[in-house]
Amino acid sequence: MSAALKVALIGNPNTGKSSIFNALTGLRQKVGNYPGITVEKKTGYCKLSDELEAKIIDLPGAYSLNTTSLDESVAVELLLNKRDEDFPDVVVVIAEVENLKRNLLLFTQIKDLGIKTVLVINMADRMGRLGISLDIQALERELDTKIALISTRKNEGIDTLKSLLAAHTQLSESEVLDINRIDANYFEGLKKTFPKISLYKLWLAITQDVNFMPIERQSIADQSSFSTKSKDELKKMQHRETVLRYQFINSALKKAYQKDFTKAEGVQGFLDRLFTHKIWGYLIFFVILFSIFQVIFDFSSYPMDAIDGFFGWLSEWVKGTMPAGILTDLIAEGIIAGIGGVVIFIPQIAFLFLFIALLEESGYMSRVVFLMDRLMRPFGLSGKSVIPLMSGMACAIPAVMATRIIENWKERLITILVVPFTTCSARLPVYLIIIALVIPEGRIFGLGYQALVLTGLYFLGFISALLAAAILSANLKLNRKNFFMVEMPTFKTPQLKNVGFTVFEKTKSFVFGAGQIILALSIVIWFLGSNGYSDDFKNAKEILMAQIESTSEPVSELEIEHKISSYKLEHSYIGQLGKFIEPAVQPLGYDWKIGIALITSFAAREVFVGTLATIYSVEDSEESTIVGRMALERDAVGRPIFNLATGVSILIFYAFAMQCMSTLAIVRKETNSWKWPMIQLGFMTVLAYTASLITYQLLV
Amino acid sequence: MISIDRLRIGQKGVIVEELDAHIPVKLMEIGCLPGNEVELIQIAPLNDPLYFLVDGSRIAIRREMAKYVKIDLKS
Repeated sequence: MSAALKVALIGNPNTGKSSIFNALTGLRQKVGNYPGITVEKKTGYCKLSDELEAKIIDLPGAYSLNTTSLDESVAVELLLNKRDEDFPDVVVVIAEVENLKRNLLLFTQIKDLGIKTVLVINMADRMGRLGISLDIQALERELDTKIALISTRKNEGIDTLKSLLAAHTQLSESEVLDINRIDANYFEGLKKTFPKISLYKLWLAITQDVNFMPIERQSIADQSSFSTKSKDELKKMQHRETVLRYQFINSALKKAYQKDFTKAEGVQGFLDRLFTHKIWGYLIFFVILFSIFQVIFDFSSYPMDAIDGFFGWLSEWVKGTMPAGILTDLIAEGIIAGIGGVVIFIPQIAFLFLFIALLEESGYMSRVVFLMDRLMRPFGLSGKSVIPLMSGMACAIPAVMATRIIENWKERLITILVVPFTTCSARLPVYLIIIALVIPEGRIFGLGYQALVLTGLYFLGFISALLAAAILSANLKLNRKNFFMVEMPTFKTPQLKNVGFTVFEKTKSFVFGAGQIILALSIVIWFLGSNGYSDDFKNAKEILMAQIESTSEPVSELEIEHKISSYKLEHSYIGQLGKFIEPAVQPLGYDWKIGIALITSFAAREVFVGTLATIYSVEDSEESTIVGRMALERDAVGRPIFNLATGVSILIFYAFAMQCMSTLAIVRKETNSWKWPMIQLGFMTVLAYTASLITYQLLV
Repeated sequence: MISIDRLRIGQKGVIVEELDAHIPVKLMEIGCLPGNEVELIQIAPLNDPLYFLVDGSRIAIRREMAKYVKIDLKS
């Protein structure tokens, strides 16, 4: 078995490149990141024949090697660097029947790099409907390449591609464009100065902002044996180059490609007008958006409850089966609970990406951008940001992952940073309890105060996300000037196997990418909450039993257990921390018990309720019971702890604070560094503290 | 000769010889070259962006860029 053949896939967006990657590699795929940057690196293996394996790298979609985004430069950097371990032996350029002319531009550029190239023409099943006929042999002659005509929908042509790859030694390496035709004097000078390097590669290095190792750009500028050109002159030359390439493509297609233009486009045109219509377009979009939200918010609670139940049962079973002790506790309450805390996100992630994959595969996603761009742009966001923002109102974790659909890095980063401001479902238990506690039950104009406050909090979340985005956009200085353009692909029925692959891959990458961090953090927090160094903690049971005996009140077994838990929490590491920060949170209207709940909430917001239940040694987590118990809490001088000022202050704190380690973990994964999640944590904590402080001081 | 941001839906034109310097290489590579045909397909509800058919490619660009693409109207 010889070494694997290195194959790179490249092509315009919307050519079905991922379908072909999936068809070749199946489940033998792996997704990671290119080191140091946030571009996804997709690789996989494919068996070409009994003796030959191929290692396939799926390069980011690109219209041309003249890069305008980080994604595209990744492709160029790889293809210019022979010493890179991923440098391909063969490049497969993927085109499709409908936009063949434009797709071929990239093909001519790849060919000019002198790498063996195979052309794939995908979506062959659409030829009949579009009235297109292709003379493959003629085209192979004109383009000096081998062509595989493929339809992933019908599963045809993949074997042809595999055999073409297996026979790679027969592929031509000749160039397409005589580059001297762009500017004879200039390139002559260039050739004299760098006789050993391909002119086209030099040309790319000069015109692109690419880290091309073997040649320093400065050394190019220093040479005086050829004239250097101004930016404008270079651009004119690129114009000439593009014209020359299309002349070549047009003459090749004239001999091999026919399209019957009388074939009407009824359905496509109708759908286009419908989806971009002033009224219907938005209506349809909001229905879709709302459905996504409903499914993530509502339907996913069924599988989530099942997962919760399962891990709860598993935890109890371990505690019952294994001997009591620190190891059992670690496994039952630390590890199992931690794993449960990761797995529970899977339904929401799966559902969200199911929707997103359907929207993208069908071609509808571009229409979303078309509708929303004008609205999102003032805030520094992309038209596509609406989907993550909306999903964030259910849960930020899948929402942050969904920002992948945004190509512009600055817009994507800003969306990632502001999504946690939207009111996620974990805040709801906190809001509901506090509102029940401190907001009066009256009505105004027929609307209940409590309902109004809740709605207000939802608006607050959304508006602060937009404001934060606007502020970040004005202050973050990181943009390669990107000119806005979105391609509007023809509407197609989504291929379900591709949708399946996407869902599977996203789920996997979440579990292994963010899951480890979440598990680690939840074990740490569990440890800090159930252990303490003081004697009070260690002797909790004895101290409490003594207290109870001294009061001679009848107390049930269950009540004793709850009192012990409460006492232990108070004297654990977290409890000590809560008491320690009390002076800092008093100006916000909180006492040390609320302080403890705040700290545990930094793991996950909904923990607030459970923590309070423990602190007040309430038997069950029934909301009314807790609310009733909390209403009885008094401070040193007998005033209620949970008054209006404190209550609203807590609401504001939870609205703005970053209290979700899972979100931090996923932001870390998506931005490929700890810098951004830490900035997010710092900024939101400061904002939450300040806002609650002001709120409390104003209301008290 | 008018710029394509002034087109009405369904109107077509042919791109003029002299390309404005503001037009980025990417737009040229999509097909915005002298002699190619442009047709306005749709205008977004808030008047921006604009959806064109450019030499067979269906793309949407913002008004601020469409201003620079000059065509001769086809009758």
